Amino acid sequence: MLDLVIENYVLLAGVIFTIGCIGFLIRRNILVQLMSIELMLNSVNLALVAFNRQHTGDMNGQAFAFFIIAVAAAEVAVGLAIVLQFYRLRGTVNSDEAASLRH
Amino acid sequence: MSAGILLFVVCSLMCVGGALITILARNPIRGAMGLLGTIIGIAGLFLRLNAQFLAAMQILVYAGAVVILFVFVIMLLGPSAGISEGQGARSRFSRLFSGAALAVFGAFALVFIGRGARHDFTVITPAHGSVEAVGGRLFNEGLVPFELATALLIVAVIGALAVARSKPNAKKKVELENPTLRMFHGPLHPRDAERPLSGDTLSERVQKESV
Repeated sequence: MLDLVIENYVLLAGVIFTIGCIGFLIRRNILVQLMSIELMLNSVNLALVAFNRQHTGDMNGQAFAFFIIAVAAAEVAVGLAIVLQFYRLRGTVNSDEAASLRH
Repeated sequence: MSAGILLFVVCSLMCVGGALITILARNPIRGAMGLLGTIIGIAGLFLRLNAQFLAAMQILVYAGAVVILFVFVIMLLGPSAGISEGQGARSRFSRLFSGAALAVFGAFALVFIGRGARHDFTVITPAHGSVEAVGGRLFNEGLVPFELATALLIVAVIGALAVARSKPNAKKKVELENPTLRMFHGPLHPRDAERPLSGDTLSERVQKESV
């Protein structure tokens, strides 16, 4: 059975995490970088829930995933506010423009 | 092919395809839609993993709040949300690090596949992942972290408001006045602040009134 093996889920989580990591590094648009962070958080959630599937009568993995969802929601709210403020300041959402502290 | 395998294949393809769209799309709106696809795919996988409560939370919080917030911000920024990024000129660190990430993932996958051991799902009770089970875990042993999470959300809301409402260009008014002039013509007392500085002396006023 393809879908009842835990390795498949963990591999899928790894694929999504790698895609998010690469997206964060190669894109210059802050919005896309925030979305890549969301991808990484989601993949970690998937891995936690997959591991939790192997533990009968123990909900620790799902409780962790719940907290990760809460933290991700808070992070997006503050992050998008910072993006808006950055756009007002610089008129662009290119992350290379955030270089005021360089040198 | 059973329905479970079909669900797994469809959801995995949605996840990977959505993730690729998210990071490759030029238009951020398309990126947000790709993120939505990934989130819905992961919610479907949660269903297959006996995490019904988390699947509902995933749809509510991510698809219902996070993606909508992204779309709002993209709409607020308008056309400038999709900046044209140069094709070359990535920093060497980024290229090195993304290459390293790919390599680490490749090694991870090779170890996983090469080991050959496949852990089938264990038998679980039907209550696994239900609202009662997760809620009991959260409110019995995890009450303090749960309350801290609520505090975090409140702080995030206040912080987002404070950051988004402040004006970056509002500088303090600089005193450009010449201090010497101020010494001779400025108001010595607050009640004189309304008076014009020059051109309205007592003698001139008397002249005006007589004319």
